[in-house]
Amino acid sequence: MVMGWIWTAMLLISIFFSWLTGNGAGLSASVLQGAQAGVTLAISMAGGLCLWSGIGHLMTHMGLTGKLACLLRPILVRLFPETRQDPDLAADLSANICANLLGLGNAATPMGVSAAKRIAAGDSATDSLCRLVVLNSASIQLIPANVAALRAGLNCNTPFDILPAVWVTSLCSALLGLTAAWILGKVWRHD
Amino acid sequence: MIDYMIPILLLAISLPALRRKENLYGLLLEGTQQGLHILSSILPALILLLTAVHMLRASGAAEIISDVLAPVFSFFGIPPETALLVLIRPISGSAALAVGAELMASYGVDSRIGRTAAVMLGSTETTFYTVSVYFSAAGVSRTRYAIPAALFGDFVGFFMASLSVKLFF
Repeated sequence: MVMGWIWTAMLLISIFFSWLTGNGAGLSASVLQGAQAGVTLAISMAGGLCLWSGIGHLMTHMGLTGKLACLLRPILVRLFPETRQDPDLAADLSANICANLLGLGNAATPMGVSAAKRIAAGDSATDSLCRLVVLNSASIQLIPANVAALRAGLNCNTPFDILPAVWVTSLCSALLGLTAAWILGKVWRHD
Repeated sequence: MIDYMIPILLLAISLPALRRKENLYGLLLEGTQQGLHILSSILPALILLLTAVHMLRASGAAEIISDVLAPVFSFFGIPPETALLVLIRPISGSAALAVGAELMASYGVDSRIGRTAAVMLGSTETTFYTVSVYFSAAGVSRTRYAIPAALFGDFVGFFMASLSVKLFF
């Protein structure tokens, strides 16, 4: 539903502005060029995306996410005190965080959702649930596979050179997002 | 060092699989096949959204939006050209991919704008989608401060993406 509104708004805005600037010919040409660009984009990142999906499948099968999870244990207990009593919740949460770290966003969602169901208590969000959502929407990634695939598809010679910048950026956004959640949690009580 | 990271990672997960006598190649094929499914599921959205993004560009609307927002963006050191990406990132993942790809293609993958767009895409998530999936699955309707806190995290992401690209390249 939301996407329908966004789509229509984008059409309205572009028709209005090209009418103002009198560039109707360019606008109508852009319709088919854009559609073709969508296919070109998908094909140009297909190799990287599929390869990483294959690697991800292997990592999940080998239980690599479980091993990474042990390292995350101390942080997990502090962020989500519920994990002390609930080992299943701890497993879901660490699998969710690990899949995010490895750039396997699609694999992360089911585990995160299962953790959210366990954390939830009643109709109003708990602090832990808010933290889980903030953590997932900040997406700390060690290997942003999709973006690297996209850059490689655009003929970039060093698609992975953005890694350090991505690490710094996603770490900052996760930490400050969690800090904001902590501060807001003090003032924004259950109603 | 970073040049060897990905190749060695590939080897580091393949070797233990061989040693444990797993069907290494079969698993890789299976996962890669799943990648094709993911790709075919996002392809229709990419076609639609790149059509809309190209229309916004051709009409000059994208430029006007970034011109209007330029003072705010420049204040935080974020390139105004990325305005559309920043606006759409929390709402739709495939639209953000479409806008980001268009930015990288037209300004160059190794330009400051192209790199900033890449870092923004790689270090933020589709916040509203995440919020709605998690809260609706958990049956929670009062989200309290989750949205403001997550959006603040996104803002920090956009700001740091611009800053780190400036510092690192």
